[in-house]
Amino acid sequence: MAKLKKLADYRDEIEQCVKCGGCRAYCPAFGAEKHEGRVARGKIALADSLLKGDVELEEKFLLDMSQCLLCGSCYSQCPNKVHTEDIVAATRREIAERKGLSTFGKGVGTILKHQGVMNLLAKGGGAFSKLLFKKVPEQSGLRLRFPAPFITKDRTLPPLTAKPFRERHPERIPGEAGKPTVLFFTGCGINYMYPDSGEALLKALKFIGVNIIIPKAQACCGLPAVSAGAADTVESLAADNLKVFQQYQYDYIVTACASCHSGLTQIYPGMGDEFDPYKDKVRDIFVFLVEQGFAEKLSELPKAENPIRVTYHDPCHLRNHGITKEPRAILKALPQVDFAEMEAAGTCCGLGGTYSVYHYDTSKKIGAKKAGFIAASGAALVATDCPGCIMQLQDSLNHAGEKQQVVHILDLVAEALP
Amino acid sequence: MLNPSILEKLQQISGKDHVLTDKADLICYSYDATQRQFLPDVVVHPADADEISRIMQLANAEKIPVFPRGAGTGFTGGSVPVAGGIVLGLSRLDRILEIDEENLVATIEPGVVTEDFQKTVEKVGLFYPPDPASLKVSTMGGNVAECAGGPRCVKYGVTKDYIIGLEIVTPTGDIIKTGGPTMKGVVGYDLTKLICGSEGTLAIMTKIVVKLLPKPEAKKTMLVMFSSIDGAAQAVSAIIRGKIIPTTLEFLDARTLECVRNATDLDVPEAAQAVLLIEVDGDREFLDGQTRKISAIVQPLGVVETRIAETPEESEALWQVRRSISASLRQVNPDKYNEDICVPRSRVPDMIRKIEAIADKYNIPIVNYGHAGDGNIHVNIMVDNAVPGEQEKAEKAIVEVFEGTLELGGTMSGEHGVGIMKAPFLNMELQDNVIDYMKTIKKALDPNNILNPGKIFPSDVRAH
Ligand SMILES: C[C@@H](O)C(=O)O
Repeated sequence: MAKLKKLADYRDEIEQCVKCGGCRAYCPAFGAEKHEGRVARGKIALADSLLKGDVELEEKFLLDMSQCLLCGSCYSQCPNKVHTEDIVAATRREIAERKGLSTFGKGVGTILKHQGVMNLLAKGGGAFSKLLFKKVPEQSGLRLRFPAPFITKDRTLPPLTAKPFRERHPERIPGEAGKPTVLFFTGCGINYMYPDSGEALLKALKFIGVNIIIPKAQACCGLPAVSAGAADTVESLAADNLKVFQQYQYDYIVTACASCHSGLTQIYPGMGDEFDPYKDKVRDIFVFLVEQGFAEKLSELPKAENPIRVTYHDPCHLRNHGITKEPRAILKALPQVDFAEMEAAGTCCGLGGTYSVYHYDTSKKIGAKKAGFIAASGAALVATDCPGCIMQLQDSLNHAGEKQQVVHILDLVAEALP
Repeated sequence: MLNPSILEKLQQISGKDHVLTDKADLICYSYDATQRQFLPDVVVHPADADEISRIMQLANAEKIPVFPRGAGTGFTGGSVPVAGGIVLGLSRLDRILEIDEENLVATIEPGVVTEDFQKTVEKVGLFYPPDPASLKVSTMGGNVAECAGGPRCVKYGVTKDYIIGLEIVTPTGDIIKTGGPTMKGVVGYDLTKLICGSEGTLAIMTKIVVKLLPKPEAKKTMLVMFSSIDGAAQAVSAIIRGKIIPTTLEFLDARTLECVRNATDLDVPEAAQAVLLIEVDGDREFLDGQTRKISAIVQPLGVVETRIAETPEESEALWQVRRSISASLRQVNPDKYNEDICVPRSRVPDMIRKIEAIADKYNIPIVNYGHAGDGNIHVNIMVDNAVPGEQEKAEKAIVEVFEGTLELGGTMSGEHGVGIMKAPFLNMELQDNVIDYMKTIKKALDPNNILNPGKIFPSDVRAH
């Protein structure tokens, strides 16, 4: 089975850090709490010390390692392109191995056992009921994102859907002859929380006539488990998905979730060459649509008389892969959209896998900054390309008392299509 | 380990949350951009001058060394706690206290990040020019302590040219003011200028009074590529001789360009063996004339291509590439001996030739780039200390680089300071009686030698 790398495998990467400290300008966690242990340079020094046996897994060490969103903002600006997010994830796995998962992975599978939380969920969104939560598999990243400490009265959560997206559709939806075939990797967010964005994606794909496969057996990409340091979970999810990838014939794997995209293009390929045949097939939906000439098709639609002002938030896991132009190209081509760039569109929303579960206060501080930029853009809607960001941005805007709504770009696409 | 009663006193002064003693915390405050590591005994983040004053009194009573720290981005070990003791982190003193638009003066605290300060004053049409490559993270306190430079210093001068007053805590714990918000002032010694560049050995700054300029209306950035390093070096002298002082006159040699090609998307043709990054600023209508004059001067010197940034974003992208050079040299070799010599500007071509000869002699890569316009060259001797003999070669090469610099009437450090890295070479440049004069000052102000000991002057403090 494909394996994640160990911390010791990152020795070379760790040595690439020359301690210039440039990451201090970009790390959202450092921006919220100016402690060197929050920032990449400090974490790399700590990981290095752990490998050399100069530090134990003491409380402060664990705190510093937990204080990372794995957003890769540091990496994207690092002169030596050091993947601190991978080093931190590997350190968390090391911690889990030595001390058990309790440190970061508290949430795994516990929620159903927690009556009080379930009641809160049931009252909360109404639809967020115990029954619905049972549909979410034990290993889904949603369980890591919604463990007991996450669910509080003041957090805005999307309701869980009564009928998950993948249960609504046949596995195969044929398109026009001669058109490519795409495998839709839905991810948990779209499957359980934002099925409408999944429907929107189908509408767009049908519009251009491609053949669609929605494998029922696909599993969570595993990114929240990466964040939790739960190596076994990541490896078993990757193995399940590998089987799915091997089972069908298709030209592309399409994602509409930045985290899933990163799982498939960054995490899996690092686990072994079994994934080599698939990694180049993965496309973020907007990259795919742009390649297929979809933006031009949208531009042909009649323009709305009163377009709505929309801004865009770059999910970290797309920005890190250099995917910034395509989502904007689609947004700008939409007939009902008046696009407005916001300041700091590329800074992290503050969700960070399991980060916001255990550091809600810092996460809120990071979110509050973002909410400020959104409000200042004058947009009525903020669109993005990641269910996690959608959830976090809406929560941040609600806390800030701002009226903007957060949507998936796909929701706007579906609205525009005939 | 400090004795518990001292820790307790520190906690009484700054509060438990701001006194860190866990190993993980100590590690995080043990290094700077030299990558040298020394563990402190305790890290304290005081809130204000009063707390700092009490900490200094305690440190004197107990003879504990104190190491002031900004962002920890220095290149000579100015902030590393070479003797254990207290790291005094100044990150909580991070307010811009006043921007006085009537007098073009600002008062700030030392923990303010340089670029944040620049952006804030630029919003009201003012300008703080010094721009060290670390400006997105380094702090004004650190910049003043080291007298930081940067590309724009060719035209605008260095940090000390903008610092007109300070509030400081003395090594023995007094809180005093030096200078003030006036444009002139000659009453008594110029202590402000003495403290600028004193590398945290004479005072801990708690307030900084900064002189500002009106923000230039526009700027224009050009990238001029040369077929030879000599051509680029001669271009620097020719521009200055032509009585043009551009805002910046940065130079990048062939090895630097190799790193840039690998680490960034900047497209530099292989034919370019050296590059000058030149910026001019001022009234908009005046810029085209300036760039034309510069182009005419450099054209005969083997120009391969000239590119002009058309938008502020393009210009900023070029500067971002420039600022990441230092760190990206890691590609060449793991260990860097990072010198920043400065020679009279007309001698830049001579100095470059000398350095090339030294690199050939020892057969080690020496990467050169930097602020050629003011004669300040970053000479990076890149070796792998794990390879037997490399470190010795590097050390010999450094001595020759310094000898060459001094022969040309230059100085060992233009802007990074002495710290621990250049201390062993101090007497190559300074006569004994000069060093004694400096040490007399240090001793008078810090009789217990507890404020940033082991820096500047060769001493018995050793690396752990
Ligand atoms: C090394 C630093 O001063 C620079 O100019 O890049």
